[in-house]
Amino acid sequence: MPRECGSRPAAHVLNARKAGFVETYQLTINGEKKQVTADPSTPLLWVLRDDLKMTGTKYGCGVAACGACTVHVAGVATRSCVLPIALLGDRPVLTIESMSSDPIGRVVQNAWVSEDVVQCGYCQSGQIMTAVALLKTTRTPTDTNIEESMGGNLCRCGTYVRIREAIKVASRQLAGGGR
Amino acid sequence: MTSAVQATSRRGFIKASALAAGGLMVTLYLDSPSAASAQGGTPPPAHIYPPDAFVRILPDGTIAITVNRLEVGQGMQTALPMILAEELDADWTHVVGQLAPAGDVYKDPVIGVQLIGGSCSILDSFQQYRELGARTRAMLIAAAADRWGVGADQCRADKSVVYGPGNRSARYAELAEGAARRPVPAVVQLKDPSQFRLIGTWVRRIDGRAKCDGSQQFGLDLNLPDMLTALLMRPPIFGARVRGFDDRNARNVAGVREIFEVPLVAGSAVAVVANGFWAAKQARDRLAVDWDVSGIEHPDSVQLFAMYKELAGTPGTVAVSVGDAQVIDRIPAPDRIHAEFEFQYLAHAPMEPLNITVRNDRDRAEAWVPSQIPGWEQTALAEVLGIKPEQVTYHVLFAGGSFGRRGTTDSHFVREAAAIAKRLPGRPIKLMYTREDDMTSGYYRPMFVHRVDVGIGPDGLPVVWKHMIVGQSFVLGTGVPQEAVLVKNGVDQLVIEGTADSPYATPNVHVSVHQPKVNVPTLSHRSVGYGHNSFVRETLIDELAMRAKTDPIAYRLNLLKPDAKKFRTSLTLLDQQSAWRHRLPADHASGIACSQYNGTCVACAVDVSIGNGRLRIHRATVAVDCGLAVNPLSIESQMHGGLIFGLTQVLARGAITLKDGRVEQRNFDGYTPPYIKDAPMTVDVHIVPSSDPPTGCGEPPVPVIAPAVANALSALTGKRYRTLPIATI
Amino acid sequence: MSPRTALLLVVIGVFSTRSLLQAGPQTPSRVEGLAAWNRVYSVVSSPRCINCHTATQYPQQGDDRHRHLFNVVRGPSNAGVVGLNCGTCHQSSNADSTGVPGAMHWQLAPLSMKWQDAADRVLPSPQVCRIIVSEAKRHHLDLVQHHAEEALVRWAFQPGLRNDGTPRNTPPLTHEQFVDATRMWVAAGSPCPER
Repeated sequence: MPRECGSRPAAHVLNARKAGFVETYQLTINGEKKQVTADPSTPLLWVLRDDLKMTGTKYGCGVAACGACTVHVAGVATRSCVLPIALLGDRPVLTIESMSSDPIGRVVQNAWVSEDVVQCGYCQSGQIMTAVALLKTTRTPTDTNIEESMGGNLCRCGTYVRIREAIKVASRQLAGGGR
Repeated sequence: MTSAVQATSRRGFIKASALAAGGLMVTLYLDSPSAASAQGGTPPPAHIYPPDAFVRILPDGTIAITVNRLEVGQGMQTALPMILAEELDADWTHVVGQLAPAGDVYKDPVIGVQLIGGSCSILDSFQQYRELGARTRAMLIAAAADRWGVGADQCRADKSVVYGPGNRSARYAELAEGAARRPVPAVVQLKDPSQFRLIGTWVRRIDGRAKCDGSQQFGLDLNLPDMLTALLMRPPIFGARVRGFDDRNARNVAGVREIFEVPLVAGSAVAVVANGFWAAKQARDRLAVDWDVSGIEHPDSVQLFAMYKELAGTPGTVAVSVGDAQVIDRIPAPDRIHAEFEFQYLAHAPMEPLNITVRNDRDRAEAWVPSQIPGWEQTALAEVLGIKPEQVTYHVLFAGGSFGRRGTTDSHFVREAAAIAKRLPGRPIKLMYTREDDMTSGYYRPMFVHRVDVGIGPDGLPVVWKHMIVGQSFVLGTGVPQEAVLVKNGVDQLVIEGTADSPYATPNVHVSVHQPKVNVPTLSHRSVGYGHNSFVRETLIDELAMRAKTDPIAYRLNLLKPDAKKFRTSLTLLDQQSAWRHRLPADHASGIACSQYNGTCVACAVDVSIGNGRLRIHRATVAVDCGLAVNPLSIESQMHGGLIFGLTQVLARGAITLKDGRVEQRNFDGYTPPYIKDAPMTVDVHIVPSSDPPTGCGEPPVPVIAPAVANALSALTGKRYRTLPIATI
Repeated sequence: MSPRTALLLVVIGVFSTRSLLQAGPQTPSRVEGLAAWNRVYSVVSSPRCINCHTATQYPQQGDDRHRHLFNVVRGPSNAGVVGLNCGTCHQSSNADSTGVPGAMHWQLAPLSMKWQDAADRVLPSPQVCRIIVSEAKRHHLDLVQHHAEEALVRWAFQPGLRNDGTPRNTPPLTHEQFVDATRMWVAAGSPCPER
């Protein structure tokens, strides 16, 4: 039985450019111009949460496994925990905080409330961002559409049953021209 | 309906005060146990708690109700205010719920500890919150009656308004200040359930909207001026100690403030404190640490299972002995079943990892925590900082789930944060766990081996049930307050629950345990002992039913003990609601299971098929007997959620395993909970109509899904599934 | 040997030598072409390439080529489905600080370019060869240029860091060697081995 063992950083980490090198980035978040100075390797998630104090987008895993960090980047549902700020470019970002004033976002939120979807609620920003992305392109998603598009969003409280229902409610509202 | 208003006795002292800006703050002493009845009044309180606030009526009509429980998703921040608002006759649309900080008055009135756990919130605080509402209402009516010079019995209240004779009316908001000066009644009348207008209806969660628009703040979201973020580099093997570390590369990271060793409950770790999460993580990734692992057991799952199986063959501590278990030797082999079951360690993996923010002001401290057991944690924090608990203000924030992970008996994460804050006084320090920390830091649902021998009588019913359970107890020998309650004759009840309290009548029962000490910290995990015991019980019962060529629900109903009332009601309702199981397509099968938890019984039927070697659950029907259904909408959500949570241990990567001392899973890629495609397509929930006192719903549904699914799979494949996760169907 | 024979041999030798000296355009033999194909196959059947040339509704990941986690699926245009696109996580270059590989147009190869069977087994060399030959012809694709310049192909040789900070394994040849092998194989007439 070994008496000692070590935790060592991987070689690349030691060889990397000195950490803490920072750059200034011009961002467009929810239609507003923001400027941040950050280490280029910083995931967009942590620029949002720590630099911009926008905590609606959540940290659940840091490896794109759970979807709690989902934002829209140039209209594409994107997992912000794995997107280094240096790779964002000038693409605009939408977060959960903008969904109440988004026509589809609002309908989805209303459906989430009317179906009483949330339990702890921690994953729901990501769930809603993903559902909005789905409904923006697929007005009447089938069960398969829902299962595939929402397939990578994790909910430990198990609200999936009502998530399915809420997406269908939102879809019906949107199809009926509802608000 | 009269309400008796009496001057407060010394023992029944209740204090009310007017807020500076107007409003009524009602502080009520609570009894343990309290027992008001709808007909009579309340008996004098048995205990007196120091003052604190439960209800505030603000001038704008807002009624802020303080909830003595952490909101983890189970819906207490809505249910308890509902209960209070019902008796208060409040306008529900103006009710807000707030989470109580640590405080004696917020203790669970039955358990005497401020906590959530054991699905006890409704069970223990239903009566309490009804009384709170009724007392407040009585004071408001008395104030109105006084103002109008009429009798209180000439007044009535509805939706935050008191109405008097003629066209008199006054809003609660106007009356609050006057009510605050009145004596608080020791005796109040509670509504007859037939008068309920809120309780028993489908009420949407108060926190629903905020959790949909990003505005709900969880513990991890807290941002305070001057706040720093801390991460711990934990030992790779539980209990190892830091021998030394090289932080030269770590200190190169911009934004890093401090790096130092801190003690853990077992062993030690290196704390990295920085301006924000990413800087802390970058720095931690650049740490080189030498660990001293001498004298520490290196747990290994494969070795542990081998050890457990060996133990299972030796006599253990007897937990239950009824009749004569030796009877089994006289039962012919074809009428005996011998079964061995294996269950792995399970992680809780709440979506929001552990976090706590502490500011150490030397002779005082303040903390913000999604806290499951605030009082104990407040004490632990004070202890490490060297101050008194009353010098610690302990705020409770919303939690992104818990499933038991935040309910530690050793308050380990609080002690860790305190050790860091001790070193860095004067500013808030947020200690957070990454998902990797959460996955590898221990405190799992223990692994278990069960060995069962069942002897079957000529009528197809079990005659003898011999059951050995091997697995860790996280209570035995720890000296925690719960130990005296939970450990009986050397057996931790949490290890045997589901088996020892089986609802099935069997003349000869012998249950014994081995509770080995293993170097893996373990903890309560949603549904605790039922999670594995109910699996064993319900799959074996199913096998018996199949042998007896009897419908699995009918078999169970026939076998139930006479006093298993809620099992009977829930199974009967399930039978009525699951006629579909007799009409399934050829490649589908149904499976049945039932379980209990702290007074609630759940019965479940699933419709399952296998596609491409993968499990597909088409439907689950659930019948639950939880006494009076306070909020059926919420109960339904817990049935949905509990089933899906309980699926984790069935799925291929639903296990924590250790190899050579190290946890093998680091993130959701290694420990993979159910995603939407793993969940049942539909779940229909049926609640047994009941006027019994309400019991909880957070944990009861969890244990039923794994055996129901296994039983359905057995019907499809002919195999019996005795090892979870089910690796190959 | 008569003077005429000797002169003939010299002339033949000179012409042969001239052919050898003009080695660029000289056609490699079938044997050489098959050997070059083997080298090409060694790359295309390696995880960095074959993980996205599946016959199924999902990509693979890792050196053990397990099914890509998190329930990602092919989708109607081989780029995932809305809400869970390939681009939901994969950017146009490697994200080394977070361990996610990236390149322009990150997506699955179409099913017509599957190099595995429905059971996730790598197809044998002759079959893959025939698929590449026929697809290249169908799309009028200059394979040498494709292998030299296509972003996703180039990515395989600079696949970035994993989440734990260690570098991903590269194919058995360098990019340059792979392009050379492709050139040789194409020059030999893209011969495929017998089944």
